[in-house]
Amino acid sequence: MRSPCVSRRGFLKVAGGGLAGVALPGLLAACATTPDSAKPIGRVVVVGGGYGGATVAKYIRLWSEKRIDVVLIEPNAQFVSCPLSNLVLGGSRTIESLTFTRDKLRDYGVQLIRDEAAVIEVEKKRVQLKGGDILSYDRVILAPGIDFLYDEIPGLKNEDAKRVVMHAWKAGAQTVALRSQLEAMPDGGTYILSIPQAPYRCPPGPYERACQVAYYFKRAKPKSKVLLLDANPDLVSKKALFLAAWNELYPGIIDYLPNQEVKDVDAKTLTVKTEFDTFQGDVVNVIPPQRAGAIAASTKLITANNRWCGVNWQTMESVAASGVHVIGDSTLSAQAMPKSSSMANNHAKIAASAIVAQLTGSPINPNPVISNTCYSWVSATEAVHINAVFRYDLEKKTLLPVEGAGGLSAKRNEQEYEYGIDWALNIWADTLA
Amino acid sequence: MKSLLCVTGVFAITTATAASAETPATPNAGRDLAAACAICHGTNGWSAGGLPNLAGQPKEYLVRQMRDFRDGRRPTTIMHQIAKGYTEEQYQLMAAFFASQKISGGAQ
Repeated sequence: MRSPCVSRRGFLKVAGGGLAGVALPGLLAACATTPDSAKPIGRVVVVGGGYGGATVAKYIRLWSEKRIDVVLIEPNAQFVSCPLSNLVLGGSRTIESLTFTRDKLRDYGVQLIRDEAAVIEVEKKRVQLKGGDILSYDRVILAPGIDFLYDEIPGLKNEDAKRVVMHAWKAGAQTVALRSQLEAMPDGGTYILSIPQAPYRCPPGPYERACQVAYYFKRAKPKSKVLLLDANPDLVSKKALFLAAWNELYPGIIDYLPNQEVKDVDAKTLTVKTEFDTFQGDVVNVIPPQRAGAIAASTKLITANNRWCGVNWQTMESVAASGVHVIGDSTLSAQAMPKSSSMANNHAKIAASAIVAQLTGSPINPNPVISNTCYSWVSATEAVHINAVFRYDLEKKTLLPVEGAGGLSAKRNEQEYEYGIDWALNIWADTLA
Repeated sequence: MKSLLCVTGVFAITTATAASAETPATPNAGRDLAAACAICHGTNGWSAGGLPNLAGQPKEYLVRQMRDFRDGRRPTTIMHQIAKGYTEEQYQLMAAFFASQKISGGAQ
């Protein structure tokens, strides 16, 4: 698609080298003016339209009272929710029920561009898109989510192997394809799920996935097994609640092996190699190790372990580049902070508040307080939650969990399931509508 | 900031005072605090379904609910855990924001 408010690279060439650099920002700023905002006070480009990116686009429009122009760059036409997607594997939800458009963001005046950011020119404050367009910005927000580190699993570097041994860790086509693999698996087969070392997206997600696949097996193919190969020394999240669900709801179905980091995979024989052992399955699902999305890496925003982007938690501005904010799973998580949709949505609000303050010349909020609420659905009727509240510590200059607050479900039950669904309805609406 | 970590019982007032002494609330402090509630209670407290609307509720009612959750007087699955994460001053700021919401819906 072509927005009239976007300059083509071809136009820039015609306009001429030296002139373009000077003329472009003014040209775009004028062009970006919408009927709603007679005097725009700045322009923000958001890269990535997931939980973080969609939320920050909406909230900057909301909190600036439409005085800041917001452009959201996202290649995928539809938003597919990772939360609840394990229930597609279990069979109690469809992917369609988790799939939404971003069209309602237009009601706030967000400009949606279906493209991908190719280069962030930090010095020039411009974003080059793969389609060739160039956008100038006052602030850019990167919300690219995660990329997978296939270099650490040689057998998964080729595309054919990736189609057989999937991650299904970005909800969508792979979620549906993995469900098909499970449906095609004969009764008595083994489903292997490999979990990378933390930190990774959605800490309780793999254990919830084990519940949902076991839920399906128990009903449809009761002689089948779930084998969890966890690179971590123990369950990373909600341990007691998951163990209770596994033992009480799915006895004899789930085997859990800690300290089993995947070293290689053979997609032809469906074999997984760890340091000392080899496992063969009928369906193999490998969640690879992860790092910040590629655009964060190419913009040189990665500051920790070659994987994650350090940020100032009062503003979500990168510690490596000025004018560039990073939110969501790409960030170097603060202490005890999960990579979750709740956190991405909350990061977005810290960024929105700070950017609106910065562009309007107001003081930033020095004390952000945010909250993580994360439900795991352990069957088609029961769920558990974990919660934490984080507040900015002025001495330690980071968000820290508030001591004495937060916690886990007392036990799994049907009420938690309903509250979890209500959480989903509300975070979807808060993010997209 | 150590004192801020202790927000239960008799320490609540001390903690709130410490918070305001260190960092005076910015004009949008209530809005920013309340924004975290939206993931369950909807944008600006207008619920998209299931969970209670906070928008338009009287300020004193909302503050009392948070105290009751915190102190265990109102049974809940999760709000007791969340309420302990905020100071009395923050209850007041959030509740004032929600009480001031008059237009239905988050958008426009």
